[in-house]
Amino acid sequence: MSCCAPGTEGALELDGAARALPSREELMLSARDLGEGRRQTDLSVPGVHCGACITAIEGALRGVEGVEKARVNLSTKRVSIVWRAEGTGEAADPVRFAEAIQRATGYDSHLFGEDLEASDRLRADLIRGVAVTGFAAANIMLLSVSVWSGADASTRDLFHWISAMIAAPALVYGGRFFYRSAWSVLKHGRTNMDVPIALAITLSYAVSLWETLHHGEHAWFDATASLLFFLLIGRTLDHIMRDRARSAITGLARLAPRGALVVQPDGSRDYRPVSEVVPGDRIAIAAGDRVPVDGIVLSGESDLDVSIATGESVPVAVRPGVAVQAGTVSLTGSLIVTATATARQSFLAEIIALMEAAEGGRAQYRRIADRAASIYAPAVHLLAILTFLGWGILGGDWKQALLIAIAVLIITCPCALGLAVPVVQVVAAGRLFQHGIMVRDGSAMERLAEIDTVIFDKTGTLTLGRPRLIEARGKPSSRAMAAAIAAHSRHPLSRALHAAHAGPVPLIETVRELPGQGLLAETPEGTYRLGSRAFACPETVAQADSGASEVVLSLNGDELARFLLEDTPRPGAEEAVAALRAEGLATLMLSGDRRTTVAAMAEHLDLDGWKAELSPQGKVEACNDLAAAGHRALMVGDGINDAPALSAAHVSMAPATAADIGRQAADIVFLHDGLDAVPTALAISRRAGRLIRENFGLAIGYNMIAVPFAMAGYATPLLASVAMSTSSLIVIVNALRLNRFRRPVATSGRAGQAPAGPVTREAKLA
Amino acid sequence: MNMLIYLIPVALLLGGLGLGAFLWSLRNGQYEDLDGAAWRVLDDDETPRA
Repeated sequence: MSCCAPGTEGALELDGAARALPSREELMLSARDLGEGRRQTDLSVPGVHCGACITAIEGALRGVEGVEKARVNLSTKRVSIVWRAEGTGEAADPVRFAEAIQRATGYDSHLFGEDLEASDRLRADLIRGVAVTGFAAANIMLLSVSVWSGADASTRDLFHWISAMIAAPALVYGGRFFYRSAWSVLKHGRTNMDVPIALAITLSYAVSLWETLHHGEHAWFDATASLLFFLLIGRTLDHIMRDRARSAITGLARLAPRGALVVQPDGSRDYRPVSEVVPGDRIAIAAGDRVPVDGIVLSGESDLDVSIATGESVPVAVRPGVAVQAGTVSLTGSLIVTATATARQSFLAEIIALMEAAEGGRAQYRRIADRAASIYAPAVHLLAILTFLGWGILGGDWKQALLIAIAVLIITCPCALGLAVPVVQVVAAGRLFQHGIMVRDGSAMERLAEIDTVIFDKTGTLTLGRPRLIEARGKPSSRAMAAAIAAHSRHPLSRALHAAHAGPVPLIETVRELPGQGLLAETPEGTYRLGSRAFACPETVAQADSGASEVVLSLNGDELARFLLEDTPRPGAEEAVAALRAEGLATLMLSGDRRTTVAAMAEHLDLDGWKAELSPQGKVEACNDLAAAGHRALMVGDGINDAPALSAAHVSMAPATAADIGRQAADIVFLHDGLDAVPTALAISRRAGRLIRENFGLAIGYNMIAVPFAMAGYATPLLASVAMSTSSLIVIVNALRLNRFRRPVATSGRAGQAPAGPVTREAKLA
Repeated sequence: MNMLIYLIPVALLLGGLGLGAFLWSLRNGQYEDLDGAAWRVLDDDETPRA
């Protein structure tokens, strides 16, 4: 099935039912019209990772009827397909694209949102800015070196004029990013690092032009251009880092369905965008589909996987009259649901409202660079004014005083300070990326370095949300029979039971599934029942609830075999919790699951505290209580019900398998199955925090030496260039030391053993 | 010193050519898929790409 990576097949089969391919209607809704009956569809295929994948996918797609062009982008892991929708003979069916990719390589494809394109445009703008300012800086420096080497009189004036003409467009083209940012904060009466930058480049250009007009000796055009060049590099790196993390996050499977199959009064079925569904509509939901909006079951029976909505690990049986929540998955049967809310009022929307309310605390967090700027910028401007007044009053020459004051501003322009934070964070994000951890932005890393408490969700975070067999009692023949019956169901417990059985199983054909109860098989020996104790042998008494799920096989009501299943713990959970405790952090668990299950898990992992049966609101309150007590908490969670708490906590992490909304709320997303991502991310963030402080020390130290020179009136453009470049280089070299940092505990081996899905490999290769 | 009248425009022109080439390649999508390009060069498929 897979093109060249062993190990993916198992993961795909496991998820095959839960992750359906995009439907025809969804694909038609998202296709871009190119005119002349041609359409373009962009699909995200997170699994592609090598040349063989490219050949296989492009070859398979070109084989599909009606496809004109197919091209794989390996860096962004997307496929763009141009196809004929109607007209000239053969028309393509978009569903066949996803099928062709699936058949050729075994990889899933997903649709993705359009907002990525705006980010791509900004990145291209920044790169063009770097190119233009780089060109300007190189040429001006060439001319400046001639001036420093002794060109004088009219030659020097000529060189200054040429420099001025090269620098002007570069200043406008490359400087607009800083001007825009500086203006937007100044409007709100605040200040950031871009304010002194914008001021320094403008003033240095203005004073140089003035000097040139008056045949002066010192022009600072080289400083203006190289400053812009260095700072734009930092800005571009910062953007690319965030972009990469974001496109990888949004490239994964989406949760929110785009459309719903609405049943018309005349019985026909019509696929509509989910935003057009109104209360009262009847919606058909097949086994394996997600419920698009809140509603009440009209007909049909099924088991719903609600783990992503409430954290409950055991599926819930639904029958006509029962309310269902948007986001849950129907596992075993088809349902007709009457919508009771529009998409905007559904459960998911309530969660979004809760998240917005919870985000207040985090919005108040100020980046370390901004905090530094709020002290640095006024200090620098005060120094420049003092220099101006000092030289003016004492020396009497106000023109010279102005020139020296501007020299102070140029020397103190936070070149090194502007690079101090982004370079470290880009290097740190690269290190984290190697470990399969993606950071949304630099502020997340800063906040992560400050935490003193770690809060875990249970289902899907400390566990994988996949049941596994922990105890089986009964004769081998009975166990084989149970596995054979279980093979007929998609219920997670059945699948775990079937997967755990090795060896031959009897062939059974007539198996009926009774949603919410279990499986029924009529054979010549009698009626086999597989399911809960109450279903399989109603006469016996249920045993004490131990936190595990019990499945019983019976023949005509007599118990034959008994199985206990438990949610699979996430690999590395115990080690991760131990490592965090060793770092002196408190570990807590907040879960929406049943009390007994949570208590067993907390005891097993030796956590400091736990709370069970919490609502999403309850989780937010628990986070707020911790914050009120002065703690800074990291929330690790994955479900829809965790999303508000992920927003409320000081900083948050989610696994890549999390619900879409949880992933969007989290600051950090980890791709590997192993939970050791948490201590790894913490260690690297703390190390990065230390390096940032060192860099600030270096940059301020440089200023302490250079500023007195400038204030005394000894600063020349040559001195400024040398000082600025050296301090920037020192800061960059110091940041690169992070690459030599090794974690004391070796974790990569364990992460490698985790079941490798397409997502896991993506991180290793990217 | 009269040489400068030729040399400076020549220097700027050459630099400008480099800048222009870079901007062209950026617009033309040469940097869209660096990882993919590394693999495609090994692809010995004879049929021309659509």
